Amino acid sequence: MEKFETLTGIAAPMPLVNIDTDMIIPKIFLKTIKRSGLGANLFDEMRFDRQGNEIADFVLNQTQYRETQILVAGDNFGCGSSREHAPWALADFGIKVVISTSFADIFYNNCFKNGMLPIVMPQEVVDVLMKDAEHGSNARMVVNLEEQTVTSSDGEVFSFEVDSFKKHCLLEGLDDIGLTMEKAASIDAFEAGAAQARPWV
Amino acid sequence: MSPKTLYDKIWDAHVAHEADDGTCLLYIDRHLVHEVTSPQAFEGLRMAGRKVRAPDRTIAVPDHNVPTTAGRENPEAMTEDSRVQVAALDRNAKDFGIHYYPVSDIRQGIVHIVGPEQGWTLPGMTVVCGDSHTATHGAFGALAHGIGTSEVEHVLATQTLIQKKSKNMKVEITGKLRPGVTAKDITLSVIGETGTAGGTGYVIEYCGEAIRDLSMEGRMTVCNMAIEGGARAGLIAPDETTFEYVKGRPHAPKGAQFEAALAWWKTLYSDDDAHWDKVITIRGEDIEPVVTWGTSPEDVLPISALVPSPEDFEGGKVEAAKRALDYMGLEPGQKLSDIEIDTVFIGSCTNGRIEDLRAAAEILKGKKIAVKRAMVVPGSGLVRAQAEEEGIADVFRDAGFEWRLAGCSMCLAMNPDQLTEYERCAATSNRNFEGRQGYKGRTHLVSPAMAAAAAVTGKLTDVREMM
Ligand code: SF4
Repeated sequence: MEKFETLTGIAAPMPLVNIDTDMIIPKIFLKTIKRSGLGANLFDEMRFDRQGNEIADFVLNQTQYRETQILVAGDNFGCGSSREHAPWALADFGIKVVISTSFADIFYNNCFKNGMLPIVMPQEVVDVLMKDAEHGSNARMVVNLEEQTVTSSDGEVFSFEVDSFKKHCLLEGLDDIGLTMEKAASIDAFEAGAAQARPWV
Repeated sequence: MSPKTLYDKIWDAHVAHEADDGTCLLYIDRHLVHEVTSPQAFEGLRMAGRKVRAPDRTIAVPDHNVPTTAGRENPEAMTEDSRVQVAALDRNAKDFGIHYYPVSDIRQGIVHIVGPEQGWTLPGMTVVCGDSHTATHGAFGALAHGIGTSEVEHVLATQTLIQKKSKNMKVEITGKLRPGVTAKDITLSVIGETGTAGGTGYVIEYCGEAIRDLSMEGRMTVCNMAIEGGARAGLIAPDETTFEYVKGRPHAPKGAQFEAALAWWKTLYSDDDAHWDKVITIRGEDIEPVVTWGTSPEDVLPISALVPSPEDFEGGKVEAAKRALDYMGLEPGQKLSDIEIDTVFIGSCTNGRIEDLRAAAEILKGKKIAVKRAMVVPGSGLVRAQAEEEGIADVFRDAGFEWRLAGCSMCLAMNPDQLTEYERCAATSNRNFEGRQGYKGRTHLVSPAMAAAAAVTGKLTDVREMM
């Protein structure tokens, strides 16, 4: 996995609450057996009309937001299905950070597995950053994972919380499976014990 | 020993490793796999030269993207993308030596229906699947998590899931349900109360007399939608109803093994003085048959209510409600029971079990549909066979329903079973998101009995008027 370095990028505002995984990537695009290429259909039903033409007022279609790397979004972002296609599509488009007051659980976890950082901030801070994001490409935010801060375009600094293990993996670009396999002895021991205690399983 | 919740007990019995910061490796007893969220995981294993650690704990079944029309065993009958995904699952199941129910097998069906039916899901287990409605299995008192594809790969390779413990939430439904009120109405009403993010960070245990009174089918319906309330899992403590259901299933323990298992299962309940981080209590008598009016499962109201106005809400929900009403083509103040329906869909892992079909058939007996189309998609081949045997299939056919083969079908509309633009559907599934059942399709979530009532009258209808 790629390491998460400090990110300086354009932030786009998406104030809608409950943006679900069907909006992020409609299921007709889940038919692939690959991970890549989904960015082209990110937010497909909001971004394109039925003929495949861009809907001009959708935020990511506006000139100043084409290079968006950070989303500032409404409450409960990523609710709905467990499909990892949602973070894959965001990442493939180039979005590496989503900031919201809350995230759906599975989506939140899925982000970290794909080198992305979901950031939970209190409503007041999201409000400030949402305003900032409305300034388009003039407003570059800085996300520093090491320091756990987001800096708005006018230099205001906000800190955020992140699980230390998840942070470590993201910073180092560590692969979960490799890490877990180092603990194979514990798993073996557990399995042997469980076979005694619950042989019917 | 300090008092524990049911969740605490199952959790403690499955921690294979705990790091200093509380991150655990949770050992997984059953891993269910389907064709849509697994190909990339198997691809990852192959690329890294890894094996499936516990193939005999891994069960695969294609369901999300399979056709539900006759003759589907013939690959020609499938769309190109279904064919590719199903062929990938066929091959992965074979190459990695895992249990498999192909579409040609009568036991094939929706993964969350097949698991319990075959006795793979048992009390006290940890169960995962690359699908958010894995919560369904919590009905057995099993800790069941929906996971993403990276986690699918992680479980395949290590038989563990990296987890931190969630908080405990108790949802108690007291007393008795009124006639015409079902498990679906319970679970939707709970989400109406808590919102779709109300359970975030929690594992919910459902309890109380109204839950105890439910069959296993009803309990699965309740737990199925725990995820729609944002929870990481839903649980119901196992009891005689559970043990009765499990006994004799193909993969359930037998004889002395069953007795040993039973002794442990009987310890799986929350201790009286266990600590709860959040408690919600709803009176069973207060629950009415409900429908959703919007595009989030929390947009739920009793069938007797009126379509709300965006001004009834606060904060970000005002905009969301405006957008939802616009998408759904509804006006504030309209009676929910005046909304005309084009299509009825009965099926899904929420309501695709035999009891659901019976409840719908009860209402449909001797009647004809007044909607443009209506379909029943049984949750598994075995549910379908049983319904044929009980004569329920004929009730559906005579009423004018299409009688399909098992799969997810119009619940997520990946296969050709889709709504067209602005088509309005009363559905027994679990999600009413924009586009969920087809581009610009409009979904109202209801119970099977309410779906049947809508099919007969052509509009959303209070099923109690037909009983
Ligand atoms: S029936 Fe619907 S909710 Fe259930 S597993 Fe299939 S797609 Fe998911």
